[in-house]
Parts: sequence; C-alpha cells; structure tokens
Amino acid sequence: MSPAIKPTDQQFEIFLGKLLRTGVVIAALIVFAGGVWFLSETHGARREYKTFRGVPAGLSSLDGIFHGAAGGQALAVIQLGILVLIATPVARVLFSMLGFGLERDWMYVGVTAIVLVLLLYSLFNHSTR
Amino acid sequence: MNTVEFTLVVAVGSFLAGMLGSLTGLGGGVVIVPLLTLAFGVDIRYAIGASLVSVIATSSGAAAAYLREGYSNMRVGMFLEVATTIGALSGAFVAGYVSTSWIAIIFGVVLLYSAYTSFGGPKEPEKGLAPDGLATFLRLDGTFPADRVQGAAGGTSGARESYHVRNVPAGFGFMYVAGLLSGLLGIGSGAVKVLAMDQAMKIPFKVSTTTSNFMIGVTAAASAGIYLRRGYIDPGLALPVMLGVLAGALTGALILPGAKVKTLRMVFGVVIAALGVQMIFEGVRGKL
Repeated sequence: MSPAIKPTDQQFEIFLGKLLRTGVVIAALIVFAGGVWFLSETHGARREYKTFRGVPAGLSSLDGIFHGAAGGQALAVIQLGILVLIATPVARVLFSMLGFGLERDWMYVGVTAIVLVLLLYSLFNHSTR
Repeated sequence: MNTVEFTLVVAVGSFLAGMLGSLTGLGGGVVIVPLLTLAFGVDIRYAIGASLVSVIATSSGAAAAYLREGYSNMRVGMFLEVATTIGALSGAFVAGYVSTSWIAIIFGVVLLYSAYTSFGGPKEPEKGLAPDGLATFLRLDGTFPADRVQGAAGGTSGARESYHVRNVPAGFGFMYVAGLLSGLLGIGSGAVKVLAMDQAMKIPFKVSTTTSNFMIGVTAAASAGIYLRRGYIDPGLALPVMLGVLAGALTGALILPGAKVKTLRMVFGVVIAALGVQMIFEGVRGKL
C-alpha cells in the first residue's frame, strides 16, 4: 500500500505556509522602512547601475550589514530585510526536518539535512565568491 | 531621473511583472531581468541579484495559500530540492566565470522556451500508472484532493485521489538543470520544474505546480547567499523590485478568479518571446 499523506502532514504544511508568509511580511516591512528612510535622505545624482562595480563590503557581508543597520545606515537596513527574506526558506527547511523527525521518518530527516547543509554552506562559506 | 523617480518607475514595472507572472502562472522573475536590462540599462548582474530576491519573496508569500489546499507533496519537494540546491550552487559558481553576453543569450533561450509552454499548456500526464520501485522506496507516492463538486467550499474532508511517481532519476536530473538555470539567471525556473515533474515523473499537474512553487524559494535562497557576497544584490535596486513584484503578485492572486487567464497567457507569451529574441540579439552584439 502506498503511504498516503497523513493528516499530521497537512497540518504541518499549513504551519509551514504561515511561517513562510510571516517571514516574507517581516522582511517586506524592514525593506519598506529602510526604503522610505533611504529615499527621504537621498540627494544629488542617483546610484548608477549601468556598469557593474559590485556592492561594497559593508552591504554584502553579514557582518557589514549587521553593523551598518545597527549604526543607522538606511541601505544596510534594506539589506537586513533581504537577509531575513533569504533566511525564511532556510527556516522552512529546518522546521521540515523537525517535522519529519516527529514522524520518525529518518530517511527524510537525512534528505532534509542535506538540503539544509547546502543552504548554510551557501550563506556562510566565505570562500565562495 | 533622480533616485526617487527611478525607484518609483522600477517599482511600477515590477508591480506589472509580478501581477502578470502570478495571473499566468509563469512567475514574475522571468521578465524582471529583461525589464531592468533592456528598459532601464541596468547591468545584468545587478538585475539577476534583484530578480532572485523577488523570486524568494513571491514563492514564500504564495506558499501559505497553496499549502492549505493540500495538493503539494512534501517528500517529492524535499527530495528534489537536493537536486535544485546543488544545481543552484553550481549555477551561481558558473555565473562568476561566464561572460554577461552568454548569460544574456542563455536567458533569451529560456524566455523562448517559457513562451512556448505558455501557448501549448502542459498536457495532463496519464493516470493509473504502476508503482515505481525507486519512488516506492523513497515514499514519493501521494494523494491529492479529488475534483470537488462545483461551488463546494474547499477543505480537507473531500475524497483524495492517489498517484504514483515515475522516472525518479530523470526528474532528479531535470531538477538539477532547473536549479542550475535558477542560480545562473536569477529566475524561478518554473517551466523546467514542470517539465521534470509532470512530463518526466508523471505527477498530476496541480500537485507539480504547487510543489514546484514550494521549492522555488529554497532553490533561490541557495544561490542568493553567494550573490549577496559577490555584491550582485544592490539594496537601492532590490527595494523597488522586491516590493513591486510582491505587491503585484498579491494583486494578481486577488483578481485571478475574474481574469481571462487564457488570453493573458497568450499576450504574456508574445511579450516573453519578444524579450527572448531581444536578449539573444543584445547578447550576441555584446551589449549586455
């Protein structure tokens, strides 16, 4: 017999859906707040996107973003919101792993752990540029 | 244009892209990069960074609605995410070594393929297939709500229809390609994911679209970390793109019941095809 999706599965999916939506809402609010702040204090020529220079380290590393946002830089606040957004699916994968663990589905705890390790590697391995 | 005007104009363009993307089911990400590069002269690397952010936002934002309906298959999603995340990481690595002209050309080809799928519409895979050994071992088979009587409210009480998943290795391979394109181009790769799930793995259409939406956010997050460190994600550009696409996608979902989806898919298909041709053209000329 093929194992059907259990009711616990679907309740858990609804929980995951809410988790994702909450993450997106928080991220969007942070980005919006930082954006209003950024636009209210800009003067002169706009940022140039025609030639690629790369975003400076203060806005492209985790440390730089946290320090900049804490120090009241509007652009760093936007990046902080984007970090929350990137972290949202990562949190979803983490909770999925716990969910499979509660069902004692060790094969899928393993599968989910692989995905989680790949995501964390992408976020934190500083040699990947 | 000053900063405020530029931000507002990009936000309006992103709003329209997000709305059309959600109405047609093709995703907004696929037009964000051409919009930013062709219409606003933005370097394709910044455009890809901003697009990737908007893809995570719409996928995660829409998941709540999809998951409540009980169509998506968590085991299929998670198993295939191994392939898409590895693909996304390889795509993000490769993007650092491929010239922007080639990225524009590959992007154009993917746009043309997306346009093609928006005209044909995917065929519903055949039903009543025998179980597959590997899929059974991986416990990928599932059920989904059977067609309900019209007008009946949704819910979990209805009967469920079961299905068997087939061709797991082929689906896994296609998903690697979907992840690779997502990481290379900053898009959700919905069209390739559907190819993997309904055409190769014979998963019912509604199950494959909802599961694929669920997977897109994770795939995009895998390459977003790398792009952030490379300096592709500019806050001044991500601001209007992310908020615009998100607001557009939500609006699209609200007006979807009354929309002429078939006509919209045709119109959007023509737009995407035209953008695809132009991306290839500009890529060959080395202008992007």
